Amino acid sequence: MNVQMEGSQAVAEILARCRPEVIAAYPISPQTHIVERLSVKVARGEIGRCQFVNVESEFAALSVLIGASASGARTYTATSSQGLLFMAEAVYNAAGLGLPIVMTIANRAVGAPINIWNDHSDSMALRDAGWIQLFAEHNQEAIDLHIQAFRLAEALSCPVMVCMDGYVLTHASEPVDLPDAAHVDAYLPPYQPVQLLDPNDPVSIGAMVGPDAFAEVKYLAHHQHLRALDLIPELTQAFEQHFHRQSGGLCSPYRMEGADIAVIAMGSVIGTIKDVVDELRRASIPVGCIKIGCYRPFPMLRLRGLLEGVSRVIVVEKDLAVGVGGIVSADVQLTLSGRQIPVHTVIAGLGGRSISTSSLKQMIVEARAERLTEPYFLDLNKTVIEQELARRRDIRRAGPVAEHILRTMNVMGTKVS
Amino acid sequence: MSTERIKFYQTGTFTAGNRLLDEATRTVQSRVDRTNSLNSGHRACQGCGEALGARYALDAAMRASRNQLIAVNATGCLEVFSSPYPESSWQIPWMHSLFGNAPAVASGVAAALRAKGRDEVTVIAQGGDGATVDIGFGCLSGMFERNDDVLYLCYDNEAYMNTGIQRSGSTPPFARTNTTQVVADHPGNPVGTGKNLPRIAMAHGIPYVATASVADLHDLERKVTTAIGVQGARYLHIHVPCPLGWGSDPAHTMKVARLAVESGLFPLFEAECGTVVRSTPIRRKVPVERYLELQTRFKHLLGPPQDTNAIAAIQAIADANIVTYGLWG
Ligand SMILES: Cc1ncc(C[n+]2csc(CCOP(=O)(O)OP(=O)(O)O)c2C)c(N)n1
Ligand code: SF4
Ligand SMILES: [Mg+2]
Repeated sequence: MNVQMEGSQAVAEILARCRPEVIAAYPISPQTHIVERLSVKVARGEIGRCQFVNVESEFAALSVLIGASASGARTYTATSSQGLLFMAEAVYNAAGLGLPIVMTIANRAVGAPINIWNDHSDSMALRDAGWIQLFAEHNQEAIDLHIQAFRLAEALSCPVMVCMDGYVLTHASEPVDLPDAAHVDAYLPPYQPVQLLDPNDPVSIGAMVGPDAFAEVKYLAHHQHLRALDLIPELTQAFEQHFHRQSGGLCSPYRMEGADIAVIAMGSVIGTIKDVVDELRRASIPVGCIKIGCYRPFPMLRLRGLLEGVSRVIVVEKDLAVGVGGIVSADVQLTLSGRQIPVHTVIAGLGGRSISTSSLKQMIVEARAERLTEPYFLDLNKTVIEQELARRRDIRRAGPVAEHILRTMNVMGTKVS
Repeated sequence: MSTERIKFYQTGTFTAGNRLLDEATRTVQSRVDRTNSLNSGHRACQGCGEALGARYALDAAMRASRNQLIAVNATGCLEVFSSPYPESSWQIPWMHSLFGNAPAVASGVAAALRAKGRDEVTVIAQGGDGATVDIGFGCLSGMFERNDDVLYLCYDNEAYMNTGIQRSGSTPPFARTNTTQVVADHPGNPVGTGKNLPRIAMAHGIPYVATASVADLHDLERKVTTAIGVQGARYLHIHVPCPLGWGSDPAHTMKVARLAVESGLFPLFEAECGTVVRSTPIRRKVPVERYLELQTRFKHLLGPPQDTNAIAAIQAIADANIVTYGLWG
């Protein structure tokens, strides 16, 4: 069914068709519209006997799902930013216990300073928690990834995050095709748990494991992720046969034929980068783009193959490893180890700063001219930085920095009188 | 041939031996079909009140639920001593997730059972006092407030024992722990701190709240059985001496627990929907010193010289309990 719909509403609609049995959620922008809609659908009885638990925190939300999943229920939650960090301990626990929970991350910056807009700092903070992390480029893909996520999670006994850019996708109204329930059922069989809390067959789950076996348990989790690298292409192929469109996958190239420069990114910024690639290609600049659709596990082999013949790589990422630079670019550098080509790190879109085609074009031009500083902060306001650094040199107790910057920039009324 | 006199009454108590009771009122633990939910072989210390309390509580819960039980456990002594991989003492479906989330995990189990229409299964969450009154308090309050169909058992040994005896929000005034040491002019845990979780549970208006003690295992079994028969969020706060943390003789666990009850320091009562409906009268009142003197965590109060102010303050707590819960007569 083709409809024009807000991303969050569309995700909620498709979620209902994935037949979750327990949903637990705690509100945080920009995730709210998804779970609000789901609560309505549960209350109306549109999702069978599904239970919607209004919890008191994100930590509780995921904990409820840990119990429900271990009891054999298909489970779902959504969160963002501070919410994801608030549940961090349970995020590791769900993965360690091998519970196939699916969670939408409406990607949002992490404070302080508090900021509700989009970047990828939240899911990046938990990238090594053992969850598979899939990133959506647009709302159609967000919908499709959720269907795939349950199948993937349940096939591997491993939780999956579907990351979609907060506001940019969650609150954008786009035309989407919503597959009907029967179609989803045919692709997504009911959940068959491998472990189960059942009085008729008692097991102990979550026991203590000492040095003698801990490494083996962790290795097996790693092994599941390596299996995901084979399974994801199979599942996306099956998805294409079933739904007649390509969606998801490890990485997707765009105009990489004969490309000399590859721009790598994740999420909704791919659309903007594709426009820039088109424009530069018209000017005969041999640039292409690669979307990383699956960030954990990191698809090194596939990416290395796609980068064959490229002589320069620019990684545009919406996150920052403070004191280091890029996070995704570190993975890309590892992927290309042994090949002597420059990998530029470009930090962009932090806290919702818009990423314009002109800035991206400029970035590519600068990179070709070897003029990019490392890491390169796209559209950083250097004047403000210099002013603030000077002020700090002069006044030892510089006070609340963020508030001062806003005042000097006269961006918003933050004056406290 | 030497002979030994068999006593049918435990000395110093009014508890009748099981053999004197009719079949229906005998303890669950004395029955041949008890389930040994927490089986022998675990690694609790000698005289561990928590192991004893858990064993009685869960066997009673199994009987009351016709063996249809799932238990969720917070991190703590009970979890660690019962489940060092690949061994497990648990004969019931049992899950440990984290220190602070047992009530929420149990809510999730209950939600899944509801979604699957398995109404016959009872869900228990359990943890130590630290897990309950401190780190898991948010999740516990949420579970109460939603009136989720979970029975929560708190094994209160009045400190973080698993990490080596540190103060919790349930540590009594003046008790020495490794983070409330008796140094300079500090008399152990500061007086006027801590929280009373049974009262807080009652303030949620949940259908059933009770306190119990390993001092009266029959009463503990009865309260668990009552709780299993109630729908919604239920809370049972069980006083369990810890010989290691309290500095008491492992052979004195029952005695110490009994003196806490008989002095009035640990009142036994039941509450329904926020109101106390029953309390267990004290039959032979004892001064708090009898309780304190069996535990090295209070040694600094008993002197010489005795800290009469501190002892009076503790006695005042006991006396206030006796009035509040009508424990005298
Ligand atoms: C988030 C977190 N913080 C701290 C710990 C360390 N820890 C494990 S058990 C425990 C003490 C448990 O105390 P309590 O709940 O009273 O149970 P007890 O061992 O006394 O029976 C602590 C502090 C932990 N496992 N997780
Ligand atoms: S430290 Fe205390 S609670 Fe822990 S096992 Fe030993 S006696 Fe039991
Ligand atoms: Mg304790």
